Amino acid sequence: MRVVNALAVPLLLVGVWWLVSGGSFYLPSPGRVAAAFAETWFSERVLTDVLPSLARLAAGYTLAGVIGVGLGVAIGLSSGLRAAAEPVLEFFRAVPPPVLVPLIMLFAGIDNAMKVAVIVSGCVWPILLNTVEGVRAIDEVLADTCKLYGVRLRHLVLRSASPQIMAGLRQALSIGIILMVISEMFASSSGLGFTIVLFQRGFQIAEMWSGIVLLGLIGWGLSLVFRMVEKRVLAWYHRA
Amino acid sequence: MRSLYGVAGLLLLMEAVPRLGLVDERFLPPASEILRTLGGQLVTAGLWAALGETLLGWALGLGIAFCAAVAAGMVIGTVPGLRAATNSTVEFLRPIPSVALIPLATLLFGASLGSTLLLVVYASFWQVLIQVLYGVAAVDPVAVDTARSYGFSSWTRMRRLVWPSALPYIMTGLRLAAAVAFILAITAELVIGSPGLGLEIQIAQSSGAVAQVYALIVLAGLIGIAVNVGVRTLERRVLSWHQSVRREVAA
Repeated sequence: MRVVNALAVPLLLVGVWWLVSGGSFYLPSPGRVAAAFAETWFSERVLTDVLPSLARLAAGYTLAGVIGVGLGVAIGLSSGLRAAAEPVLEFFRAVPPPVLVPLIMLFAGIDNAMKVAVIVSGCVWPILLNTVEGVRAIDEVLADTCKLYGVRLRHLVLRSASPQIMAGLRQALSIGIILMVISEMFASSSGLGFTIVLFQRGFQIAEMWSGIVLLGLIGWGLSLVFRMVEKRVLAWYHRA
Repeated sequence: MRSLYGVAGLLLLMEAVPRLGLVDERFLPPASEILRTLGGQLVTAGLWAALGETLLGWALGLGIAFCAAVAAGMVIGTVPGLRAATNSTVEFLRPIPSVALIPLATLLFGASLGSTLLLVVYASFWQVLIQVLYGVAAVDPVAVDTARSYGFSSWTRMRRLVWPSALPYIMTGLRLAAAVAFILAITAELVIGSPGLGLEIQIAQSSGAVAQVYALIVLAGLIGIAVNVGVRTLERRVLSWHQSVRREVAA
């Protein structure tokens, strides 16, 4: 029953797609997109375009995580620093991350460093602000007890803040994927975003759709992995 | 009061770094010059026209997505069996990054409002839908049964019970969607070239007007803050009867 429930609507949608697509130029049939998918992405493109994109995303995301949590803990623990930094941080978070692409291109050119810098500059704010929020909300009695026993950073601060940190990391992941694609669409000669735009400009419609599907699968897969990691990290929190 | 120190410190730093030659002035103009450029831009008609385009795409897209998501969420959440049947589809479609649709938008609409709307609607629809589903699931079942045994029609139940119970969730969805919609509106302009603030930034960048790029980014950030504050105010106003807000005001 559960399998039927999970598959019925997707099958129905593919069926509708198949019916609607007959002869349409912009919407090739599911079969043609699947064929284009196999042909396009099960080739050396995986090595030249897909993996470098994912590697840049991983590098930028990790770096943003380290910077965000590190700074967030420092700011969260000091109330003076927090009061001074908060409006500035709120401003940076409110800046739509894609506008930083042209700016960072000025500094870093159009190579790998630029793309990683773009991802870091967009991902760091939600992580940072959520960490500050989480560190601030540490239970005071718990904090005093831990001070007496001499345990602090890892077991108290990071642990109590971890639900918020994970929430920040989740927001940052979707921003990171967006920026990975955009930085490549803007100025690049390789990568997923670049390739898909190339297909679109060449009117290779089925290939373009296969790229959209691949991006969708990547987004879906990464959110699945994230949920698994989150479940493990926060197992103690959800049990309580 | 302290919060002013932070802003003042940042401005001072942005003024000092280029003036002392730590970073090339061509890449990072001093803060005073950025603000002067912004001031100069604010009196031009072109900037306000671009701003209007951006906000139009944002508001229209957000409105369409909100109405569609609330309607879909109410139906999916209240018709028995539909929630389970659509779960896998929603969970698959939701994490698809909306920027994946950029090439499609370019083909279908070119550099126009339509492209902006496609991206904005797709991105913000899921944010609202998920919250509506949570909200409908959180409606007190005893209240539903009571309403039913009093013979309320399904429309009255929806209007008088499900909608107010789910409203706090729906407002959370609207708040998240408003921020995402703004990001996507700017993105569409920046990458596809639909008219608006994003296009202005792109033009300024390719013509090497660095101070103007910074000025427009500052403006985008200020609008982002205004969007957040505005939606939060709306949320508090709409939910003024709800205990979470009432408690906040009392405290």
